[in-house]
Amino acid sequence: MSTRLAKGGRFLDKGKPVTFTFNGKRLKGYEGDTLASALLANGQVMVGRSFKYHRPRGIVASGAEEPNALMNHGAGGTFEPNQRATTTELYDGLQAGSQNHWPNLEFDVGAINAGFSRFLTAGFYYKMFIHPRPLWKHVYEPFIRQSAGLGKAPKEQDADTYEHFNVNVDVLVIGGGIAGLQAALAAGKSGAKVLVIEQTAHWGGRAMVDEPLAEGRIGGAPVDKFVEETRAALEKMPNVSMRLRLMGAGVYDHGYVLGYERLTDHAPTAAGPRHRLWRIRAKRIVTATGAIERPLSFAGNDVPGVMLASAVRDYVVNFGVSVGDRVVVVTNNDSAYLTAIAMKKAGLEVPCILDARPEGGGALMQAAQDLGIPVETGKAIAKVKGTRRVTGVAICVQAGEGAVLKEIACDAVAMSGGWSPVVHLWSHCGGKLTWDTGHAHFRPDVDNPPRDDAGEAFVIPVGTANGAMHIALALEDAEMSGRAAAKAAGHKPKPVATPDVTSPQEAAMEPVWLMPQGAPYELRMKAWLDFQNDVKVSDVQLAAQEGFESVEHAKRYTTLGMATDQGKLSNINGLAILSDALGQPIPQTGTTTFRPPYTPISMGAIAGEARGAVFQPIRRTPMQAWHDAHGADWEPVGHWRRPYAYPRSSESVHDAVMREVKNTRQALGLLDASTLGKIIVKGPDAGRFLDMMYTNMMSTLKVGKCRYGLMCSENGFLTDDGVVARIDEDTWLCHTTSGGADSVHGHMEEWLQTEWWDWKVYTANVTEQYAQIAVVGPNARKVLEKLGGMDVSKEALGFMEWKEGEIAGIPARAFRISFSGELSYEIAVPASQGLAFWEALMEAGAEFGAMPYGTEALHIMRAEKGFIMIGDETDGTVIPQDLGLHWALSKKKDDYLGKRAQERSHMADPTRWKLVGLETVDGAVLPDGAYAVAEGTNANGQRNVQGRVTSTYHSPTLDRGIAMGLVLHGPDRMGEVIEFPGVDGKTYKAKIVDPVFYDKDGEKQNV
Amino acid sequence: MSEPVSALGGVTWADGIAQIAEIGPQGMITLRGDFDDPEFRVAVKNAVGLDMPGQRAVQMSGENTLCWMSPDELLVLCPYGDVAAMLAALTSALAGHHALAVNVSDARAVFRVTGPYAREIMAKLTPADLAPDAFKTGMFRRTRMAQVPAAFFLRETDSFEIVCFRSVAQYMFDLLKTAAQPGSEVGYF
Repeated sequence: MSTRLAKGGRFLDKGKPVTFTFNGKRLKGYEGDTLASALLANGQVMVGRSFKYHRPRGIVASGAEEPNALMNHGAGGTFEPNQRATTTELYDGLQAGSQNHWPNLEFDVGAINAGFSRFLTAGFYYKMFIHPRPLWKHVYEPFIRQSAGLGKAPKEQDADTYEHFNVNVDVLVIGGGIAGLQAALAAGKSGAKVLVIEQTAHWGGRAMVDEPLAEGRIGGAPVDKFVEETRAALEKMPNVSMRLRLMGAGVYDHGYVLGYERLTDHAPTAAGPRHRLWRIRAKRIVTATGAIERPLSFAGNDVPGVMLASAVRDYVVNFGVSVGDRVVVVTNNDSAYLTAIAMKKAGLEVPCILDARPEGGGALMQAAQDLGIPVETGKAIAKVKGTRRVTGVAICVQAGEGAVLKEIACDAVAMSGGWSPVVHLWSHCGGKLTWDTGHAHFRPDVDNPPRDDAGEAFVIPVGTANGAMHIALALEDAEMSGRAAAKAAGHKPKPVATPDVTSPQEAAMEPVWLMPQGAPYELRMKAWLDFQNDVKVSDVQLAAQEGFESVEHAKRYTTLGMATDQGKLSNINGLAILSDALGQPIPQTGTTTFRPPYTPISMGAIAGEARGAVFQPIRRTPMQAWHDAHGADWEPVGHWRRPYAYPRSSESVHDAVMREVKNTRQALGLLDASTLGKIIVKGPDAGRFLDMMYTNMMSTLKVGKCRYGLMCSENGFLTDDGVVARIDEDTWLCHTTSGGADSVHGHMEEWLQTEWWDWKVYTANVTEQYAQIAVVGPNARKVLEKLGGMDVSKEALGFMEWKEGEIAGIPARAFRISFSGELSYEIAVPASQGLAFWEALMEAGAEFGAMPYGTEALHIMRAEKGFIMIGDETDGTVIPQDLGLHWALSKKKDDYLGKRAQERSHMADPTRWKLVGLETVDGAVLPDGAYAVAEGTNANGQRNVQGRVTSTYHSPTLDRGIAMGLVLHGPDRMGEVIEFPGVDGKTYKAKIVDPVFYDKDGEKQNV
Repeated sequence: MSEPVSALGGVTWADGIAQIAEIGPQGMITLRGDFDDPEFRVAVKNAVGLDMPGQRAVQMSGENTLCWMSPDELLVLCPYGDVAAMLAALTSALAGHHALAVNVSDARAVFRVTGPYAREIMAKLTPADLAPDAFKTGMFRRTRMAQVPAAFFLRETDSFEIVCFRSVAQYMFDLLKTAAQPGSEVGYF
């Protein structure tokens, strides 16, 4: 049984007991516990079921590398799956639950899979479920989904808040162990702006546990004194910032780093955001990320109670928790002896240390033997006894094939297969690795670092993360690199005295990838590599046998390292097995790619503040609140929300649209057109410039006049349209589509800045300076005359003219333009008085039947007049010639953007579909986007087509369906009836007609 | 004649870790021209009463502020009622020169964020370096705040002035409130 010891636990505040629940059971822990340590203290070693075979799984590690102890946390709006118990700080009221079992953790129906494990080998799903095809979707997949998988997706909206935070520093130190602190000190004393971040809640890292057990000293004092003094010194430096619970999640180009800060995970009732995503821009990044211990691959190494040796001593030293009364230690290196020493000193039994090395270890072995712990060298575990809990181990010789020498009763196994530097952050941005034969691990290849724009290394690994496995080496390395980082960031490096270090030297480790080395299949298929994804030694060997030679392919075939822990424990062991199976050295096999984030980070942190009201900016016109108060049904147009229609209480949206069209044609309609783009173009070369931007001639436009213009890309495609007004000799005002204002302005500036930089033209986007209101209908002039201040008579303000003055006492620019075919004025007033002007119009217009109308009525009225709409009649592949807009293409100009492109053979091809009007034979409305079919079929057996619908509406004016479309030889086929099959199964027949359905001679607008 | 109304009517909020206020109506003029032309500089000085600001900086005096927007663009901040006169002065002083002066007072919204945590609130929303030694009173940035373009400067210690487009004023206000929620002090700057 694991239990709480009477003494020990340097993180605990035993004066502060807390209560939490696990699978509904109330348990007790202390402040300072992690969920994992508290579960162990309550005798709960088994914490979940494995992904594929549903084998019982226990806590393996004590930190971020934990593969098994994944929990559901919380409930409702704070429910979150897949949380590692080893990095979850305990708090009062924590609710945790185990995952991937049914009906419960102790009795799990899915465990039957384990009985079939002989058949569920690597690639089983690929081989088994490929035939017959339909069975996958309906039988296999639902079954596998039920049986495989870890946490459940949350069902409610996240109740917490999140945010981002941007900082710029000279040197970012990731990792707050002794190497990180020393590097920060060196960089800080050199004058650099330093940020040190540590993912846990404590400074000092591994050395705080290991060195006291090894009786190591820094500067003649225990390690904690060094850590405390260094921390205090850093705290005092104004150029150094320190943060706990902030993990370096990812390293990106140009020294950009994402940091993941967990603010209230340990204190969920505290105010403020739960997580904060730090977006750090650093000149140099020092990775002091330490190392992770590797498991050993022996049969039954996944039985609950088998743990990493370092974790076993962490639980004793940090949390006062023993994982068992009798712990067998199995190792290939010296560090695991510290675990034996820790257990013994805590008064627990260590029946035996199995050291796979024939010669055993160095000074630490001696120290363990001096404490009376038996050491067996050259020995290994043949297999672990027990299913839901370790009951003993069978011992064999490492060099053999697993013949059992004896069995030892025990309730936990502490294993160590050596240490792998945490190279993830180094590797994220391209840092290469080198194989260190002495320690049998990959460490950063400092000659092939991630490089900055100057070709210099911008990530500098230090300490154990750099393969400096002895504390003295680590401190020296850190001091040197901290200084180098400060220097690279432009500061004068100042050396920091490296204190004297005494700590036992370790004997050489010996790589052990399989235990025993000649283990037969029966043992190999119980020797786990990846605990979370259920990948065993035999699976990787099978993959190699089946031809998966690339480590990336073998990874995907076996799923090794593809779980939420990203193979922190399994990768090196797995690729060693793969290399052995392929008969090649490990460096030749290489590693899989390390990708950010280092451990999973919350979706909320990534989204930051962007949720709810600020999920996305919504652009509002000055009259938005009025529209909202008057029942507007909204339509998104770019980031704007525009009223689609204003349905009245009992009215449908469709009926409202019909009413708005009729009222505008018969009386008076008001449209909020403020979203239209408005760009001032000014300068001696402005006319020449606009002649290039537009297909029309704009330089000849008279002051006081307006002209409709088309804008094309350099490839000839129609991109935007609008009315251009000439303000004075040097100044034009260009109206754009609502969605096009920013892009048209950018398009103009791009040409001015890159091609015509010597032309004297300035532009300014004044879109939002004005509220613009279209006053439309037979009564339009009457209401403006009633408001007074400007002569808007036919004589004073003719069609396609504009005028500046005052209307209703508000400064106004009136444009006599029409997109509806009615008598129409667009009045621009300062945005700050837009609402006042709108309300004045509504009030004065009441007697003339004024009603607001929305975008759909606008669309219908323009379609009745055969006016094109960018985005309906155009889709990025349509040129003005397709739309019969030849009249707008100036023949007098040498050039305009798109002119030459429009002369290409495909653009001049007479078989390009051309714009026509379409009138259904029975008056029905054509389906939007429908295709007109032609005779025969194409190479794919589909019906040939000869045209498509681009706009289609019910016209209340004509009381029938009207449409526009692009049709093969359309303008030459007037009167012909073509067929449009609809998705509703019906076939619609429509006659090809002129696109102008209403008031062909323009008499109504010209009054 | 109706009174001009700013985008949010001067709304304020102080329930978080800083004070947030929409200010305005604020007079604003976009001015483009050749900064190297001494006559342009003199014309600006005479009309606005301020010397040319340096790159990414503002000049402040009395009620007028002159902001550097780009190598050929300035933004003049002045009392709303002064815009017409100042525009006229600029236009006449720059007659014959290639320059553009245009009223953009109503095209924008202006916010003020004040308090010891103002810097941190801003740093939550913009990638610009806002460390006290990197961003000081009188400096000016055109950048983004979350998902919208914005420009800002420190009018005085702990008091940022932010200019954004009028249409996204509500977004900006909601954004600042979110970033200033109670308990969200970072404690970094």
